Amino acid sequence: MNAILSGLLLGGFYAAVSIGVAISFGMLDIVNIAHPAFILLGSYAAFIGNTVFGIDPILAAIIAMPLFYLLGMLVYQVYYVAFERRDDQSLRGLSFFFGLLFITEVTLVMIFGVDYRLVQASYIGDKLTLGPLELPFRLLVPFLVSMITVVGLQLFLSRSFLGRAIQAVAQDQLALRLMAANPIRIKRIAFGLSIATAALGGAVLIIIQPVEPSIGREYIGRVFAICVLGGLGSFSGMVIAAVTLGVVETLTATLFGPSWSPAVSFGVLLITLAVRPNGILGR
Amino acid sequence: MRAVPFVLALVVVACAIFGVGRAIGSSYAFFLGYVVVQYIVLGTAWNILGGYTGYVNFGVTAFFAIGAYSTVALYKLVPAMPLPVMVLIGGAMAALVGLGTGYLTLRLRGVFFSIATLALAVVVQTLITNWDFVGGARGAYVLRPKLAPLIGGEYVQYLFVVMLGLCVIVLATARAIERSSLGYGFAAIRDDEAAAEAAGVPTLRLKLIATTLSGGFMGMAGAPLPYYVTYLDPTSGFNLNYAVNAIAMPLIGGTSSWLGPVIGAVLVGGLQEVLRVTISSAANVLVAGVLMVAFVILAPQGIVGLFKRRPK
Amino acid sequence: MSALLTVEGVGKRFGGFVALEGIDLEVKQGERIGLIGPNGSGKSTLVNCICGTLRNETGKVRFAGETLDGLAAHERTRRGLARSFQLPRPFGSLTLVENVRIPILYTVNARKAGPGHTHVPHDAIDARCRDLLGEVGLSAKADRQPRDLTQIEMRKLELARAMAAEPKLLIADEVMAGLSHAEVDEIIALLIRLNGQGITVIMIEHIMRAVMEVSQRLAVLVAGRKIADGDPREVVRNPEVVRAYLGE
Repeated sequence: MNAILSGLLLGGFYAAVSIGVAISFGMLDIVNIAHPAFILLGSYAAFIGNTVFGIDPILAAIIAMPLFYLLGMLVYQVYYVAFERRDDQSLRGLSFFFGLLFITEVTLVMIFGVDYRLVQASYIGDKLTLGPLELPFRLLVPFLVSMITVVGLQLFLSRSFLGRAIQAVAQDQLALRLMAANPIRIKRIAFGLSIATAALGGAVLIIIQPVEPSIGREYIGRVFAICVLGGLGSFSGMVIAAVTLGVVETLTATLFGPSWSPAVSFGVLLITLAVRPNGILGR
Repeated sequence: MRAVPFVLALVVVACAIFGVGRAIGSSYAFFLGYVVVQYIVLGTAWNILGGYTGYVNFGVTAFFAIGAYSTVALYKLVPAMPLPVMVLIGGAMAALVGLGTGYLTLRLRGVFFSIATLALAVVVQTLITNWDFVGGARGAYVLRPKLAPLIGGEYVQYLFVVMLGLCVIVLATARAIERSSLGYGFAAIRDDEAAAEAAGVPTLRLKLIATTLSGGFMGMAGAPLPYYVTYLDPTSGFNLNYAVNAIAMPLIGGTSSWLGPVIGAVLVGGLQEVLRVTISSAANVLVAGVLMVAFVILAPQGIVGLFKRRPK
Repeated sequence: MSALLTVEGVGKRFGGFVALEGIDLEVKQGERIGLIGPNGSGKSTLVNCICGTLRNETGKVRFAGETLDGLAAHERTRRGLARSFQLPRPFGSLTLVENVRIPILYTVNARKAGPGHTHVPHDAIDARCRDLLGEVGLSAKADRQPRDLTQIEMRKLELARAMAAEPKLLIADEVMAGLSHAEVDEIIALLIRLNGQGITVIMIEHIMRAVMEVSQRLAVLVAGRKIADGDPREVVRNPEVVRAYLGE
């Protein structure tokens, strides 16, 4: 029972790390496999904010978000000029992101070493007890932050003009151009947003577990499994997929031991690709 | 040059390289040479799928490690088995995994294949980590014989010869593909899959051929590794460096021709060794990633492309 | 004359949008058929369903006495069904000669690879490629890459590549759009010449002059349905066709 519950909470956290990819891959059709590296960057930003300045990791992430946003815009600009415009997204564009992933990982190793790092916050050790159910704050806080992010972004995308333009850019660039909006600018903003969410995702990651530079790779399969399973571009599908994966992974860890759980996401991904490439909510 | 003279030329070059190595006689030269030649094999194997058909395989470590761990398992089961047989078996295992992954994902858009290969690396690592027979998370020791069979001298010379032989086979295969209808079919797939189908190219079958060949050669490249390192654990066997190098070297050298991965491997492999000795091991790891990003942005055709004049 | 291609009740949806509904079409051996219709009426979707690029949800496509359902596009090409793409899709990294060589390697050679036949030798293939490019007027650029071509030349390349497969049925999807008067005449002459060699032709075109000149029969698609099929001169006078083209 508690395993399912913590699986649910874990799934909520997975939604926070996946939402950036739901934007970049699902809406902009940019296969940013370096996203987990940006999440790790977010974890280390939270780590610095926490250990050097003594502030809450979530707060540190919020402070870092504008920087991540700018970084994302910069990355998109390079991607656009070097690959999208040349129509060379698949081979060289993918390799570009793979290179970024690797460079970020190695740079983090050079700066912080391969030791596990963690953050301090008053709530991390505590838990909320509701009858037989135990809700550790370590999982509950990331879950809440994640849900707020998802709902907030969903509102932004469906209500604001800019948000709707972002959704439109995925559908029909020509129509957007007729509306006098520049699709490249819209995509740049959207990609910036996607990377900004990585700051938050990173902060909640380092609250949940200690972090070292290579764990980002574990999240690649997981994040893309969630996005594919959820049907690309759909937030509600993504949350359902994230929670499902969280529960299945936690159950796997409980039943077979934690060293098996990384294999779950791959299994889920392969089965989805082979059976239902449009995701669980897809037609 | 026709196929047979080309293979003969490769063999002559390979013999000459080995001869020079013997003349120098330092085991350091052989250890270094092994690594560079291994990367030529890995890079060319990656390029058969990535460069020729345009499907990016990020799971190089999975295939490489399947080869390596197949050798570990065989070493425990049949210690007397000759290394070339182990290489063949390791290659066959990796080829099967390549075929399976391809079969499950290649009917979809190319990016799904790439994503699946990324996840594949994690999963194969998970499986190996949990498989105690080959050492699990603790790793496995493989006793390297003192002397090389057949050729005499240190065993590392034998490892080098095996890898060199493999390199000749892989390069001859890659070049033969380039000049055959298979190569034209691969190029058509890379350029436009729907148009390739309309032109009669059986795209799925060709892609499966490419993933199987590519995966198999990667497995072969990994098979001698346990004897080279003598101690293999999942962290080193699945080191991301292998994947980055195998992808970076063709992209830096140029993906359109068999020569590209060779140039890339010699250049980057050599540079890495220089950096490792002079600066630090972290810097040598970084260089492939940085060069790869720089090349895909600034020189998409790689070094070969810089020297090849555009047809008028 | 017997039917070479039979389309029976073919339907295709994209999400909620009905692209094709209950299309019937019969094409006889050796015929030249024109297929017209306003933009978005489903002409290219029909071509895609016939050629296997898309799968039709309902209905059947029979070709040369064989049901094509479930066959991949390349298998249909090998059976003698070749098409050009409306938006040119050249192999960008290959030269024009190599572009045309691919269908020869994969269809003509594959067909001849049976017992008693040998592959077409290398030099013969090269000569054949250059001949084909010459037929569409691209000889001068045979060793260039598609990026050096104009949009119009790319359409000609599409046609040459389809012809290279030595088809029984050639589907030319708007190969004349944007061509000059003289060039249209050239392509018309080419299509009629190919037809004279025994190749059945389906032509999808907006240029009515060419449609009227080439077609022995004319079929009209509007909003995914076939509304007329018959003698070209009668079809263009059909009030329903006139309404579809000129608006209510």
